[in-house]
Amino acid sequence: MAGLEFVGVRKTYPNGVRAIHGIDTTVSDGEFVVIVGPSGCGKSTLLRMVAGLETVTEGEIRIGERRVNELEPADRNIAMVFQNYALYPHMSVFDNMAYGLRNRRTPRDEIARRVAEAAGTLQLEGLLDRRPAQLSGGQRQRVAMGRAIVREPEAFLFDEPLSNLDAKLRVQMRLEIKRLQRALGTTSLYVTHDQVEAMTLADRLIVMNAGVAEQIGTPLEIYDAPASLFVAGFIGSPAMNFLPGTVAGDRRGVDLDGSGRTLSVTPPTSVGRGGVTVGVRPEHLEPVSREEAVLEIAVELVEALGADSLVHGQLTGGGSGALVTVRVDGARQVAAGETLSLTVAAKHVHFFDPDDGRRLG
Amino acid sequence: MEKRVVFTKLGLPILLVAPQIIITLVFFIWPASQALYQSVLLEDAFGLRSEFVWLDNFTALFSDPHYLDSFARTVVFSAATAGLSLGAALFLAVMADRVLKGATAYRTLIVWPYAVAPAVAGVLWFFMFNPSIGVLAYLLKSIGYDWNHYLDGTDAMMLVILAASWKQVSYNFLFFLAGLQAIPRSLVEAAAIDGARPFKRFWTIVFPLLSPTAFFLLVVNTVYAFFDTFGIVHATTSGGPAQSTTILVYKVFNDGFIGLDLGGSAAQSVVLMAVVITLTVFQFRYIERKVAY
Repeated sequence: MAGLEFVGVRKTYPNGVRAIHGIDTTVSDGEFVVIVGPSGCGKSTLLRMVAGLETVTEGEIRIGERRVNELEPADRNIAMVFQNYALYPHMSVFDNMAYGLRNRRTPRDEIARRVAEAAGTLQLEGLLDRRPAQLSGGQRQRVAMGRAIVREPEAFLFDEPLSNLDAKLRVQMRLEIKRLQRALGTTSLYVTHDQVEAMTLADRLIVMNAGVAEQIGTPLEIYDAPASLFVAGFIGSPAMNFLPGTVAGDRRGVDLDGSGRTLSVTPPTSVGRGGVTVGVRPEHLEPVSREEAVLEIAVELVEALGADSLVHGQLTGGGSGALVTVRVDGARQVAAGETLSLTVAAKHVHFFDPDDGRRLG
Repeated sequence: MEKRVVFTKLGLPILLVAPQIIITLVFFIWPASQALYQSVLLEDAFGLRSEFVWLDNFTALFSDPHYLDSFARTVVFSAATAGLSLGAALFLAVMADRVLKGATAYRTLIVWPYAVAPAVAGVLWFFMFNPSIGVLAYLLKSIGYDWNHYLDGTDAMMLVILAASWKQVSYNFLFFLAGLQAIPRSLVEAAAIDGARPFKRFWTIVFPLLSPTAFFLLVVNTVYAFFDTFGIVHATTSGGPAQSTTILVYKVFNDGFIGLDLGGSAAQSVVLMAVVITLTVFQFRYIERKVAY
């Protein structure tokens, strides 16, 4: 087992498209790192570069202490789980799992032992003679995992492995992947566009946007202090609300809705006079009485989820009319058309530069 | 879900299938039944009378050493033609699948030979191998091989095999290329990560997945070699020298229209027909079982 290291990794396709603009980070031995981002952000390209399926234009990728840029995929000692599983359709489940071992000339009894062990871990014992076409989606997913673990590689690479499963199975497999990775302690790199999957699986997250790693950190670090508007909007569900705020003249408060009421919070010194983008998560907005409120919304739509409800509405007051989402207790009755008065604790307010989107303070 | 249309009246459905039925009747059922009928007749030398002789024509056929020789030659010819054209097409398709620049031009060029008429294809190779003026014959001579398909039966056979397979490569190429492109890229990538080198990947992953295509083409090529190669043989060697390139389909023509043994010739074509029907049935049975992964 080994860690991974990215040093100034860039990727430019022959047609001039620049997919990755320089990634520098380390994945330590046994760590579970999730690369998350919208489609087309370069996350899969980065993973495929680690696997050796894409060339590295510039920079260096190291597995363990070894530079792998020029190595064939076969020589990198990694295993990959593909989005469509990529099971060999003409081989039985057993042969699918044994294929990589046979290619490495593992002794026959050793292959039988390792496949049996993996099949036991993944509850595939009864299915070893079946063809992939005879398996359900979840079973195929398990075989793909089995094919990776029998190899006992230095690192696992996952390319959106759960996106072809239905919602319930996805949650279940997510837990299984996490449990398996804990048990084996194998360094893992996992690509997904699903931020819930990213938050729950990751020891550390890499949030990518347009070929750049916008932020690298633990899920909670990123949730608590998103480094940019993009990260703030991408991580957390429902997404963070962004309000056009105005810093009061005495720098003791911020007006969130242009109504003249101010939230008493001391903005960081880097916040200039005048406009600033203020981010507040839906779960941090609290319904209060009119007198205590710092902003008010006209409720347009309520989504009752049971435990809590999502209230969508528009800012009232003299301001921008921005759309705001609030997460309220499910027991609370809110109807469309009414006005909801809200406040937020000062520690839950995020400031962003309205021009370049960077976090301030 | 299969969609079925239910017709309330009989007129329209009959009208819709009529063209197909008529074509089959006129161009297949009628001539085929004529051949069947002729194969049990014996015609006199002047074509004035014919006599019903039961299966005498067939008995005569299978006790004729020339016919049995021709049968054996056809097997060799078909196997070689199918093997050569399939092998070459598979190789070209694998290469074409990797080409990034100019892929369309490359493919178009490979497909061209299919548009060449069999006789023209034959003549083309005939000239290139012509012992006195042919480029290839000249090259062969310079490396010490005295090529002469006018005198040497083996040379003549190689010539028709080359011409026949060259023409069929395009067709096979298209199918192989389509087959290759239908294989998900991630399968090959998974195999690469699983430690298989390109050659091994091809034989353990790509080729097994291509096998339904390959099998289909094998049958099509065999049928092609049995039947559609008449033009090539006729234009180049005329079955010679000393009948060394007289394959079955050429012998049908030669015995029937040159030798005017219409009964015997019809019997030969009935045998050929039986061979093809067997091959086709075999193919459909096999493909049906094997094609679904």
